[in-house]
Amino acid sequence: MLGRTLGEVSVALKQGQITPTELCRKCLSLIQKTKFLNAYITVSEEVALKQAEESEERYKKGQSLGDLDGIPVAVKDNFSTSGIETTCASNMLKGYIPPFNATVVQKLLDQGALLMGKTNLDEFAMGSGSTDGVFGPVKNPWSYSKQRREKRQQQAQGESQAAEWLITGGSSGGSAAALAALTCSAALGSDTGGSTRNPAAHCGLVGFKPSYGLVSRHGLIPLVNSMDVPGILTRCVDDTAIVLGVLAGHDPKDSTTVQDPVKPFTLPSLTDVSKLCIGIPKEYAVPELSSEVRSLWSKAAGLFESAGAKVIEVSLPHTSCSIVCYHVLCASEVASNMARFDGLEYGHRCDINVSTEAMYAATRREGFSDVVRGRILSGNFFLLKENYENYFIKAQKVRRLIANDFVNVFNSGVDILLTPTTLSEAVPYLEFIKEDNRTRSAQGDIFTQAVNMAGLPAVSMPAALSHQGLPIGLQFIGRAFCDQKLLTVAKWFEKQVQFPVIQFPELMDGCSLVFENEKLASVSLQQ
Amino acid sequence: MWARVVRLTVRGGLGGRQAFATKANPQRSGSINADVIKHLERLALVDFGSREAVARLEKAIAFADRLRAVDTDGVEPMESVLEDRCLYLRSDNVAEGNCAEELLKNSSCVVEEYFVAPPGNISLPKLDEQEPFLHS
Repeated sequence: MLGRTLGEVSVALKQGQITPTELCRKCLSLIQKTKFLNAYITVSEEVALKQAEESEERYKKGQSLGDLDGIPVAVKDNFSTSGIETTCASNMLKGYIPPFNATVVQKLLDQGALLMGKTNLDEFAMGSGSTDGVFGPVKNPWSYSKQRREKRQQQAQGESQAAEWLITGGSSGGSAAALAALTCSAALGSDTGGSTRNPAAHCGLVGFKPSYGLVSRHGLIPLVNSMDVPGILTRCVDDTAIVLGVLAGHDPKDSTTVQDPVKPFTLPSLTDVSKLCIGIPKEYAVPELSSEVRSLWSKAAGLFESAGAKVIEVSLPHTSCSIVCYHVLCASEVASNMARFDGLEYGHRCDINVSTEAMYAATRREGFSDVVRGRILSGNFFLLKENYENYFIKAQKVRRLIANDFVNVFNSGVDILLTPTTLSEAVPYLEFIKEDNRTRSAQGDIFTQAVNMAGLPAVSMPAALSHQGLPIGLQFIGRAFCDQKLLTVAKWFEKQVQFPVIQFPELMDGCSLVFENEKLASVSLQQ
Repeated sequence: MWARVVRLTVRGGLGGRQAFATKANPQRSGSINADVIKHLERLALVDFGSREAVARLEKAIAFADRLRAVDTDGVEPMESVLEDRCLYLRSDNVAEGNCAEELLKNSSCVVEEYFVAPPGNISLPKLDEQEPFLHS
């Protein structure tokens, strides 16, 4: 039951094959067993069980609210959840309990979803590894999968290497890990520069970034107001469509949501792709791209071509400066958005009371990590009067050039762009931390951030397992507000690829499991 | 060395840090001089805290400098991808509110219906007004 898609679980609930409370208990039990992954910051056990009981009542009366009724979901800890601690993995908000639900959370709850907990992330969503939060790094469940272990044995790397666990990618790594470890059926992430697509690629999931303005940001603690969107993580594209159908639409509380009417939809199953034109942006073939990802990208293009689609090389000329532009705009908006954390109305407050400025300064020093402070300082530098024109305004101009690149390509007859999502498969944590956050973010976001600057919809699809048995994802990018079309093409791709389900025979069978050199040295699973 | 700076900071706000910044010869750091550091710390109300942080900012600026190579003549800055649409404005009617109690709950220092802040018209100590750099 736990490895099934949201759609399958929903059918099972409706048919009475399993009850919401049984499902909830299974998920909670698995969350306990997979605690070593550090995917969850807060597990909202009582809340989930209560919601499960209410859902069960509705099913008994034949009054289920819809496809999400009784479905366990995990929410990234930068979405406000009423009565449940929301920390953004930062000391600044430890203990902060919001008095309201983010709109997307409320929409899920209104449909009867079960909130399993709040997931781990990089502090304030700044990062591409989910390694820089105050609750510690998130471990990629694929580190412990049968698929990976088999490859290692084949390559005679032996069990002593098993302790070399991999990052999930970020910054929505907790949500990705929670979903990949089968503890929920869907998870919410956020996507500012690729934060949903990156961990989706590393964890073998469907990571969807909607068009900017389609889904409400109210309650999503903002990083970059002009680029943030809530992201949807699922195990299959049909599930994404179900969740998007619930979340999309104008929100009076978020004036950046468009007023176009939105209806829930089912994705058609494409059989004929001959009218489709797939664009392959040549500038994305960077030298740092791993040969495995490059070859997979090529194979995917070939897949469309042999099915009759038109596959052409296109150019997005400003790609090489896109990451720099993102870096400047991101830091600038962050500097502004982080100004609200002063210790007065909520969050951490220091003990100094000499003056407001001294209090703010010490509160912010104590509350923010180096990464966050670094970005605030960079942002303030770019916004200084003497730098404003040369950095901030310049970046805004470059942003237009980047957005126009995409518009030009779509106007020339291309329907969907196909690119890699990440430079390589997930790397070991010890490898990842050798470089600083800014460097890693620049590498992790390289293929994904241009999409945020242009406000386009994009989805990372699991494409294949690498030679190490680890997931590799490929990204599809669509025209603004053509999210359905994008997901339709992604669904076709998904069907062709038949990506394997993760296997954890030990966790499922209840055997005891020993991990060398892990902090939690042994996980003994008594059913 | 760091322990001393931390102790000073706890006593005198950011004063200790700023003293460190000038003492460590910031001219070495290229484009970021002591004045800029001070200015940024004051504006951001966040301090650098270490030489590494200043070095990181320099790297970030060097990275950002790559934008200079892009030709943006005649290009208008883009503030929002939704610039072609009208911003939604709702009607000016009270639809919610009256939640003072809930909001006050989240603050660590409250008196009746007020958030309590320390006095506001005191700026961070200027360089020449700081406590002398004491030895432990």
